[in-house]
Amino acid sequence: MTTPYEARYEPWDEARGAEIIAEHARQEGATLVILHALQEAFGYVPEAAIPMIAQALNLSRAEVHGVFTFYHDFRHKPAGRHVLKLCRAEACQAAGGDALAARAESKLGVSLGHTTADDRVTLEPIYCLGLCATAPSAMLDGRLIGRLDEKRLDALVAEAQR
Amino acid sequence: MSMRLFVSRDAGAVAVGADEVALALAQAAAKRGVTVDIVRTGSRGMYWLEPLVEVATPQGRIAFGPVTEADVPSLLDALASNTPHLLRLGATDEIPWLKRQTRLTFARCGVIDPRSLDDYRAHGGYKGFERALSLGPDAILNEVTASGLRGRGGAGFPTGIKWKTVAQAKADRKFIVCNADEGDSGTFADRMIMEGDPFLVIEGMTTAGITVGATKGYIYIRSEYPHAVEAMNAAILAAKRGGYLGDKIGGSTYNFDMEVRVGAGAYVCGEETSLLESLEGRRGIVRAKPPLPAHHGLFGKPTVINNVLSFAAIPFILAEGAKAYADFGMGRSRGTMPIQLAGNIRHGGLFETAFGVTLGELVDDIGGGTATGRPVRAVQVGGPLGAYFPRALFDTPFDYEAFAARDGLIGHGGIVVFDDSVDMRRQARFAMEFCAVESCGKCTPCRIGSTRGVETIEKIINGERVHENLALVEDLCNTMKFGSLCALGGFTPYPVLSALKHFREDFVPAPTTLQAAE
Repeated sequence: MTTPYEARYEPWDEARGAEIIAEHARQEGATLVILHALQEAFGYVPEAAIPMIAQALNLSRAEVHGVFTFYHDFRHKPAGRHVLKLCRAEACQAAGGDALAARAESKLGVSLGHTTADDRVTLEPIYCLGLCATAPSAMLDGRLIGRLDEKRLDALVAEAQR
Repeated sequence: MSMRLFVSRDAGAVAVGADEVALALAQAAAKRGVTVDIVRTGSRGMYWLEPLVEVATPQGRIAFGPVTEADVPSLLDALASNTPHLLRLGATDEIPWLKRQTRLTFARCGVIDPRSLDDYRAHGGYKGFERALSLGPDAILNEVTASGLRGRGGAGFPTGIKWKTVAQAKADRKFIVCNADEGDSGTFADRMIMEGDPFLVIEGMTTAGITVGATKGYIYIRSEYPHAVEAMNAAILAAKRGGYLGDKIGGSTYNFDMEVRVGAGAYVCGEETSLLESLEGRRGIVRAKPPLPAHHGLFGKPTVINNVLSFAAIPFILAEGAKAYADFGMGRSRGTMPIQLAGNIRHGGLFETAFGVTLGELVDDIGGGTATGRPVRAVQVGGPLGAYFPRALFDTPFDYEAFAARDGLIGHGGIVVFDDSVDMRRQARFAMEFCAVESCGKCTPCRIGSTRGVETIEKIINGERVHENLALVEDLCNTMKFGSLCALGGFTPYPVLSALKHFREDFVPAPTTLQAAE
């Protein structure tokens, strides 16, 4: 079973954020480590955390912002309650992934990279889960699914919408 | 009665239900009062047979697959009464697909418990490291050089030369960095070995450390691989407890420690200098070379940066000697390559074999053709930056130089199979789109060229001045190929140009009967 968003993440709290930053700040090259840790705790990296990281690492705010925005992984706002990622790379394309992605988009009424209006599901592309011999593949809130077909996809979409 | 069963914990097996099968086996056995010991191994690499269940017998392991939860009761019946079962595949080691391979790097993958240092050692683990300790740095360098090992990440640079450069560099600190940012679609060998035999990677990196005089290693794993991150972290902890990481490793005078760092979804970070930037906590912007990472790498210090598979090849080379490794292969491609068969393929998985096997053998014979049963039309070799090969080039042997001679690359050894429903215009456009999204933005040919490439291929798809635009795409590809700073912009032309060259009919509309008559 998948765990909904609110059960996985805590609400943003400045003191808690500072604690997480302090925990990792002494590592060499800590910026990504801290961004990951914050996202792990809060589900996204709040804008307010950027100057805090900059101060802790003695970097400019612009530099931290630059790192934060360079990487696809880091979220600027919370995702939907469930995140459904569909692999859109070549091996999954070869195994019928294009049609499945289109099907998921039409079932959820959003295009890849967006969240449904009711905030229930974020549908995202991912470029390779490394499950290329059991393609097409998907990931629902961290759970991997291989050999995706219409039936399995429909079940996943329904599960995500619950 | 009691039974010892083996079920893979590899992400590829888990994605098709291995956890559920393992749980069902445990529950059903408990209900029957049968004691079972379920060992969660890595994958054997035969993904069409996953979830694969193996049972230990005095004659060796017997395999069953692909097993679903529903098959569990009948499977336990068959095991209890020693009667035939529909999913029985016979002795695992005798399965032809496995038997045909030369598993030097993947020898233990799917066999041992990847969480157990004892199991690793019981299966020859750290044998190479022990010999390395007795040899000392100079002799290790000679062995690695003599093995002919070339970087398995794709560039194929001789590993021995790279290590020697770092060994000779003078610095207060040096680093070992393992590139586990396996972003190429169609590749999963790094993931498999990290999940299935993580101590092997640690042993390889540790050996590099004592050879060049580095005491700290980082393994940079992409965030799309949570199972590999978990497996490597667990193995590092176990190696520390076992005295194989930390101070005076393995009872020697050497110190070496390592940690996992996780990427954040940027494909370009698989490029070594971009990866180093990312490790330092910056945007993954490619660095101009020289200076080489061997002189000026992580935090400005001399750094050995190698792919997972390069490090993973080291323990065999040291345990069995350079010659045992170099005896396999062809030309300047020595040893074995873990080849990954993926996409629309019947028998997809990991096939480790000596260099020299032809593309046709891999796709038709070993891979069994397409999963859909339709004819194979194109195969992309070497990830998103690799060329598309038509059937006409299926005689190409798997070898760095042979692929380069045909305007392709073997890259990290991934082969993605497409059937005859593929539209090569879309694949060419995708190559440019991917480059546009993933470009780090440092050099113009990659940053701007890829976007112009998408637009121009779009025009071709829409039938606008097709011949002129095709010429434009070819010209653009040449600019990108020779003007880009790294392989992302430099190799994106491979899939595009190969699609144009070998599958021209998809781009140029067939002449009408009127034109044909002229």
